[in-house]
Amino acid sequence: MKYWHLIWSDLRRKKTRTVLTLLSIVVAFVLFGFLSAIKQALTGGVSLEGANRLIVRHRVSIIQLLPQSYQQRMERIAGVATATHQTWFGGIYQDPKNFFMQNPVVPEGFMDMHPEFLLPADQRQAWLQMRTGAVVGRKTAERFHWKIGDKVPIKSTIWAQKSGSFLWTFDIVGIFDGRDKNTDTTPLFFRYDYFDEARRLGWGKGMVGWFTIRVKDPAKAAEVAKLVDAEFENSSAETKTEPEGAFVQAWANQIGDIALITASILGAVFFTILLVTGNTISQSVRERTGELGVLKAIGFSNVQVLGLVLAESCLLAVLGGIVGLAVAWLLTSRGDPTGGLLPLYFFPFHDVLIGVALSVALGVVTGFFPALQAMRLRVAEALRRI
Amino acid sequence: MSEPSRDGGVLVVVDGVEKVFHRGSEDIQVLKDLHLKVPAGEFLALMGPSGSGKSTLLNLIGGLDRPTRGIVSIAGEEVDKLSDRHLAAWRARHIGFVFQLYNLLPVLTAERNVELPLLLTHLSKAERRQHVAAALEMVGLSQRAHHYPRQLSGGEQQRVGIARGIVTDPTLLLCDEPTGDLDRKAGDEVLNLLQALNREHGKTIIMVTHDPHASARASRTVYLNKGQLTNVQQA
Repeated sequence: MKYWHLIWSDLRRKKTRTVLTLLSIVVAFVLFGFLSAIKQALTGGVSLEGANRLIVRHRVSIIQLLPQSYQQRMERIAGVATATHQTWFGGIYQDPKNFFMQNPVVPEGFMDMHPEFLLPADQRQAWLQMRTGAVVGRKTAERFHWKIGDKVPIKSTIWAQKSGSFLWTFDIVGIFDGRDKNTDTTPLFFRYDYFDEARRLGWGKGMVGWFTIRVKDPAKAAEVAKLVDAEFENSSAETKTEPEGAFVQAWANQIGDIALITASILGAVFFTILLVTGNTISQSVRERTGELGVLKAIGFSNVQVLGLVLAESCLLAVLGGIVGLAVAWLLTSRGDPTGGLLPLYFFPFHDVLIGVALSVALGVVTGFFPALQAMRLRVAEALRRI
Repeated sequence: MSEPSRDGGVLVVVDGVEKVFHRGSEDIQVLKDLHLKVPAGEFLALMGPSGSGKSTLLNLIGGLDRPTRGIVSIAGEEVDKLSDRHLAAWRARHIGFVFQLYNLLPVLTAERNVELPLLLTHLSKAERRQHVAAALEMVGLSQRAHHYPRQLSGGEQQRVGIARGIVTDPTLLLCDEPTGDLDRKAGDEVLNLLQALNREHGKTIIMVTHDPHASARASRTVYLNKGQLTNVQQA
């Protein structure tokens, strides 16, 4: 720490340049924070519960339906604890931009399968008693100012009622919360029995979108997945069973490869920052060649000079990184900028740690060559350049 | 590393030193078969025209450069044989430098500049502060400790440079034209200071200078011309 003053003073030498470089690093890390939150929104959503859950869908595509009767057959397969199903409803509330997921489910089995959704017991009871009842996540309820007792009209883009109308009306009987930050509280769930009975004949009656099964032993999930698919092999509706995480990932990938997109944007941003910061440090080293010569003349070793330059670049990068990450944390904490369109929106803590590591790496990489240059400086030569 | 002689014996031995610089395909011989002995406690002035090799010789004695041939020995230590790492440590311990253009770090205050060589020692912060205060006191700049170089006159900056040079109590103080950038009055103050360091504190000083007025303060003057010692004048 005795060199702190020396390192800090060097950064203060050209304040404008340092501040501008610092700002560019801050902006890069704010962007990193935002993209992490968006990536989390699109590919997260799988809680720890997901580790023992598998999704069974039609082998051809998620839009192909499966017979509801598969559920009993699945539950007989060794290793399967329980199964439940959902179907994509594809509804619109007032305006297509008000997107959120609505799925018909069997309340008991569904809530047991998803303990991450916290629904008060009285509301759960009310849901069981009312066929047109629906429960909605806190985020969507707040977004549209819904409360228990409200009647909510949702127009399906897929399913018509027997009357031919695509408009379905549900009674809000419960509002559920997420057990943890990672739980998606945007969906609305309504009863499958009401849906199946009310939908137009011939439009997939007795069919469901996909199944969720809970395995008895998560370590044997892959084995169970094979058994499930084998059970329905050569049937009219063959299945594809995969971990819930992979299913969610595949769903998000309909938009594009989110991980690749974010990595590409961040790659471009950090490459630019690398050049900007590297240039700043290089210029700073070039400008004080004589001073580095003086330090060496009075006894600083090559390694110490290397360390000083590296410490300077690391200090700049880490300072910018921490400020940027803090700003990103604050901004993402203020909530989803789309007004509730994103199912989850927060800056995951593990990404904050990755950000800190990234800032250190940025400091090392940008400082390495200037530091090497400073280290190799011949002292007599450097003193002549004053 | 042996301890330097402080008993009036020979401190600096330059024996058969040659220095050749390579500029592209051209070899430039700056020092030719040079022999010099400097006793401990001497104030030696090294004079000569520009390009005569004065600064090169000073750099060799200070371990900033290595001779092409010959031996440079300080207090029994053959400096040219030391590795870069050991040479840096040796400089920190035994050599104080005073430069013509002061070479203070502009971003540091006077006291922080003086403290720089002490950062390489194991002294505590409080001990470093004591040493810095003593060095600044010695050069008469205690009141200017918190000033930055830009807030000091040339003469004051050079005195800070001298304080930095002596703060570790080095074996040898090497001054490269210490008055070259100063007016006569400020130059005299610096020379008085160097003379006092030599006479009152027994500091061995080698000073490169163009100025006969400056060399007159030394106990001995050595002339260098075209890389060779041409005349030795006792003070």
